[in-house]
Amino acid sequence: MSTQAKNFGFGEDETMLRDSARKFFTDNASADKIHRLVASDPNIHRSIDCVWDQSLWQQIVDLGWTAVCVPEAAGGIGMPTVAAVALAEEVGRVAFPSPLLSTFNATFVLNHCQSEAATLALGEIAEGKATTLALTNSVGSWQASDSDVTVNADGSLSGSAYFVQDAKKVAQFVVSANTDKGLGLYLVDSAATGLTIIADGIIDLTRDQAHLEFSQASAIELAAPGTGVAAIEAAMPAILSIVSADMVGAGEWLLQTTVEYAKTRIQFDRPLGFFQAVKHPLVNVMLDIDRARSLTYNAACAYDSGNDDALKCAHMAKAQAGDMAVFSASRAVQFHGGIGFTWECFVHLFFKRQMHNQVLFGDAKQHRALLANIVMGAAA
Amino acid sequence: MSDAQKKDTAEQAEFRAYCQDWLAANHPGRPPVKIPQGALELSDPDALAWLKIWQKSAYDAGLIGCDYPVEVGGGGKTNCQAIANAEMQRAKTPYLPNIIGMGMAAPTVFFHAQDEVKQELLPKLLSGEHIWCQGFSEPGAGSDLANQQTFAARDGDNWVINGHKVWTSLAHFADWMILLCRTDKDDKYNGLSYFVVPIKEALDKGVTVRPLIKLTGETGFNEVLFDDFVIEDRYRLDEVGKGWAVAMTTLAHERGAGPLVTPSSGGMSLEEGKSVSTNNPLSLIDLAKNQPRDGKTAADNDVIRDDIMKLLIRREAMVQNGRRAAVPELTDHPMRIALQGKLVATELNQDMAELAYQIEGMASSLYVNDDSAPMGGQWPLSYMNSFGVTIAAGANEVQRNILGERVLGLPKSK
Repeated sequence: MSTQAKNFGFGEDETMLRDSARKFFTDNASADKIHRLVASDPNIHRSIDCVWDQSLWQQIVDLGWTAVCVPEAAGGIGMPTVAAVALAEEVGRVAFPSPLLSTFNATFVLNHCQSEAATLALGEIAEGKATTLALTNSVGSWQASDSDVTVNADGSLSGSAYFVQDAKKVAQFVVSANTDKGLGLYLVDSAATGLTIIADGIIDLTRDQAHLEFSQASAIELAAPGTGVAAIEAAMPAILSIVSADMVGAGEWLLQTTVEYAKTRIQFDRPLGFFQAVKHPLVNVMLDIDRARSLTYNAACAYDSGNDDALKCAHMAKAQAGDMAVFSASRAVQFHGGIGFTWECFVHLFFKRQMHNQVLFGDAKQHRALLANIVMGAAA
Repeated sequence: MSDAQKKDTAEQAEFRAYCQDWLAANHPGRPPVKIPQGALELSDPDALAWLKIWQKSAYDAGLIGCDYPVEVGGGGKTNCQAIANAEMQRAKTPYLPNIIGMGMAAPTVFFHAQDEVKQELLPKLLSGEHIWCQGFSEPGAGSDLANQQTFAARDGDNWVINGHKVWTSLAHFADWMILLCRTDKDDKYNGLSYFVVPIKEALDKGVTVRPLIKLTGETGFNEVLFDDFVIEDRYRLDEVGKGWAVAMTTLAHERGAGPLVTPSSGGMSLEEGKSVSTNNPLSLIDLAKNQPRDGKTAADNDVIRDDIMKLLIRREAMVQNGRRAAVPELTDHPMRIALQGKLVATELNQDMAELAYQIEGMASSLYVNDDSAPMGGQWPLSYMNSFGVTIAAGANEVQRNILGERVLGLPKSK
């Protein structure tokens, strides 16, 4: 087991990056502004649109955030995963619609591809080319080996990838596809002929998701057949840390917003927060967030340290974050009372983001089952 | 090399090596008598005597009280107690018997007593020669601790104390007590004062100690009655009327949120040949693997597996929270993690013990007086005893009030 930093690797640079991100989002992404942007149409049968602020995304690119986890050799900054985790936490705290987290996740996988094409793709990411992973099959399996895409004899792709995050915001996809020599990874441009992006109608207003149909779509090989599963699995602790960090940030917004409401809303001549039926569950939400936050930093740090336990740490983080996400969101709606049940209250943005986060890359039960297989061995 | 070792200062590194050498040569070995799960359950004088010898030898070697100044019997070191604790844990030593003394009385005396009182009391407290107990709770002052009715009346240079303390762990062995009582009946919080009192020498001379029997059938805590007990004024800590503030020093350290690290040792298994650790979820895995269930083992049952993993995750979160609490940039409020400590540790312990006895199945019905009881009946006993700590030191409901009010800023529930 490698040595791990006491501070999880949060040095001065990482803290400065986190603080500048917090300021950026405070200045540019208030809940009111995000709500006006993404929640203008409450119609349950609304058309499926991808709404986001591309000028803010350009500013994020200019700030260099997409380059954070790209190695210096590939043209990036080469910061530790905890730096991306810090940014993801700030993104979650404002439920910010952007392809930043998807781009981080693609970066982690590309970092394990060891091909010239992957290095080139990383360089493009560093320069701001938004990228996302397309790894999931029709039943939403997170098993790295499961894919409904196949590689044709001419190197093009056919088949479908499902539950692809931020698909309408990105410029390219990292796609897992089967060959007779095993799974490989392929880069497909979003404008490639033979690719159709069909947006999903999703609950989370702050994201977009799609399924991709490939019909002899041109593709560049990133990881050779037979090496794709290893690349995905190697990146998984970092990916789980990123999604957990988003949940921690969103959880903290839900907690603090509900606490503020509980201080000001008067019933029975008292602020709601006076009552222990409200106070104690809010404390429980805090306990759950703190657990998730520490486990997330630990997972990212274990990954950065090349620790053998990194996957185990990541299962713990995502399992805890999953349960916390549901709990923080449900208590926020409940304690906001009638107003919390309405479209006009901003809580629903975060509530829905947490619902989405909970299942993204596997829910709590799944991660506990995987953790049990590691620490207890498989069940007879 | 562990993470902790790598970050040692020169003083700490030298001290760690010294601790390791000393412990390798001076581990006390197996106890000649049966030792209960924790110091608060001590009822056999022989068990206490053996543990006191261990504490004295560790103190004489400099492993206890390392961070206290030399003038008060300490080691005069900086941030070394945590190192001694870790090394004692690693060496699987017995626990220290004077836990209330070291965890609560010592820091309170250190921060609030006159210098001569510190010099008089702290050396024998740290060495374990004097056992201490805590006189806070009363029949009418449990979670509402400030509702103290025990009264100290001024009489020249002395105080005359009358009242009734309850749930007083170790009072039957204690030489000294930290005592919170009322000196002004008209002011709830500013009417409290704080004393240290030599109860053993006053037994049957103004002090009566009566055992209370816990729901487990064990003794270990007591009620203590004061009847015109006289104490010198120099044993008052801080000013008259400042007892509540002094008590906060005690409680902060009790919750592990005070500035001084409490000396502690442990790790030794209580039963020869049995490695049951009632505070680590990994021991539940061993238990489950050896417990038949539905034609397989309990470790093959998906629900049991899920439950064990939940506890394992909570345990790891506790460890990682401790790591994060030491990094100010990563904590939104300085007390946010520290004030969670008592709550999360005691509830984890309780939930572990509950799951363990369920894993044991029907055999968990057997108690410690039955030779067939699995693990000597330690798990169901641990479950029953776990309520002692979810209630004591401010019931966990009070802890949630404290967290809600001090950390989240919610309005006070009183």
